[in-house]
Amino acid sequence: MSFWQRALRHKSFAIGGVLVLLLIATAIGSFVWTPYPAAELDIPNKLQLPSAAHWLGTDSLGRDIVSLLIVGARNSIAVGVIAVGIGIAFGVALGLLAAARRGWVEEAVMRFADFSFAFPALLSAIMLTAIYGPGLVTSITAIGIFNVPVFTRITRAAANAVWSREFVLAARACGKGRLRITIEHVLPNIVSILIVQATIQFALAILAEAALSYLGLGTQPPQPSWGRMLSEAQQMLFAAPQLALYPGVAIALSVLGLNLMGDGLRDLLDPRLARAR
Amino acid sequence: MGAPHPRPRRAVAISIFLIKRFASFLATLLVASMVVFVVLDVLPGSAADVVLGESATPEAKAALNAKLGLDRPPLQRYGAWMAGLVRGELGESLSYSVPVAQLVGERLQVTAPLALMAMLLTAGLALTLGIYAASRHNKLGDVGVMGLSQLGIAIPNFWFAIILIFVFAVKLRWFSAGGFPGWEDGPLDAFKALILPAVALAVVQAAILARITRSAVLDVLREDFVRTARAKGLSRRAVLWRHVLRNAFVPVLTVMGLQFANLLTGTIVVENVFSLPGLGRLIFQAIANRDVIVVRNVVMLLAASVIVINFVVDVLYAVIDPRLKVHSA
Repeated sequence: MSFWQRALRHKSFAIGGVLVLLLIATAIGSFVWTPYPAAELDIPNKLQLPSAAHWLGTDSLGRDIVSLLIVGARNSIAVGVIAVGIGIAFGVALGLLAAARRGWVEEAVMRFADFSFAFPALLSAIMLTAIYGPGLVTSITAIGIFNVPVFTRITRAAANAVWSREFVLAARACGKGRLRITIEHVLPNIVSILIVQATIQFALAILAEAALSYLGLGTQPPQPSWGRMLSEAQQMLFAAPQLALYPGVAIALSVLGLNLMGDGLRDLLDPRLARAR
Repeated sequence: MGAPHPRPRRAVAISIFLIKRFASFLATLLVASMVVFVVLDVLPGSAADVVLGESATPEAKAALNAKLGLDRPPLQRYGAWMAGLVRGELGESLSYSVPVAQLVGERLQVTAPLALMAMLLTAGLALTLGIYAASRHNKLGDVGVMGLSQLGIAIPNFWFAIILIFVFAVKLRWFSAGGFPGWEDGPLDAFKALILPAVALAVVQAAILARITRSAVLDVLREDFVRTARAKGLSRRAVLWRHVLRNAFVPVLTVMGLQFANLLTGTIVVENVFSLPGLGRLIFQAIANRDVIVVRNVVMLLAASVIVINFVVDVLYAVIDPRLKVHSA
């Protein structure tokens, strides 16, 4: 059976894949069309319940909820892609270096990774905000920094396993250098592990961005974001509790989709792990 | 009877491991303090600019720099901060004009019980659900628990907190929507104010830990010694309690240690949802008030507590797990 045939039959991959595709399509589609301009205020029509004109109603400033959610998806995806990208770029490089050089280089890299765990994304964001002020760049940087040691650890562990295989020994015997072995043999063999981890980290990045925006450290107004929609909804919890529902569901479905897809990918890309589960 | 050689040798190995681990623990603390110091105190655009804003007069900046000791070279300032940390003198808050140590002490009376309650709830929920799911492997109960935990992982804790406020404070009116009455008027009211926040924190954490518990128990159930125990006539239940759980506890403990950082940041978020006057609120007020002294010390305290917990978990790990190869750690 081909990969795609197996993938379509894998329940959690299929469900997760559909949710993720929906998220990406929404984010891309938001550049072309939204029911209303997302930042458009319409105070006379504030706090409306769902209707034909506003499918999910309007918020306390009369903005269309559907439009805010759609543009918010763009934000979540952008943060996820950039923050995970930072993590992969630096983390994978450090992990590969540690595995290729061993000795004190490996020791130094791993101590660095250990130590960075003391600074979760939120704590880094707090420090950066205290100096540079809140904003999208601050939160992306903080989440990105948090991702670096995660990818460093997983890359090093996976790369070490590849380095101990016979075909790498053969390549060394042929006189290939460490850099060439890393690029030609190690990296291709750990890509699937990295893809699975990237999916999981993407989900965590969406959660972290939502929390930072909720706290006012992330995306700033008027740029819509799911986290800030929730903090605004909390102010209206007595008058319009439905407002707190939609952004939360949007976050949960995106994270659920990415996690299910990650689980599915793990089974599909590494059949040995799937059996052991 | 021959001399019990392996035991003393293991004791020596563990001692060496503990000494090494303690040294790296101290080094990690030191590096963390340097990072906090450099980011908050040395990088351009910090301290006086942050406190006074960019429009301040040069005289005002110079005066504040002198008050904060910023006219001294960085290394000297770092040394003074470290010496203060060791003595427990953290300086004075710029916005509250009280010693930072006193502020932190007051706020810990909210954050520490909250974190502890959340951790206990997490462990209770996760172990129960995880063991139950493993004992019903691939049956309806297992599938149900796994589905629920998948949902729990996907739900942001602050959204769950808002839902709890809506259901239990707005609709049912069993709890207040936020705030903290303090411990002075009897612990019951204070305890009650922390229940919803602790539940909001615990449910999301427990979702992850339940999955780990389940797979750890399943892993141990596949081991040969479990089959031997069953073969000698022990019931499934007896095997589970006597042999499996003890061995499954090691990975569960590790993940609980790793979750502590999550718990701490979760506490910061959830305190803000419920307007609880803990460390999380303090740090946000300090940022809003541009109180760099408080930010620096609280960030250091939070980072240090993650480092301490990871150290304690590693030590427990070495002591609990007889299979652990000490020299490979």
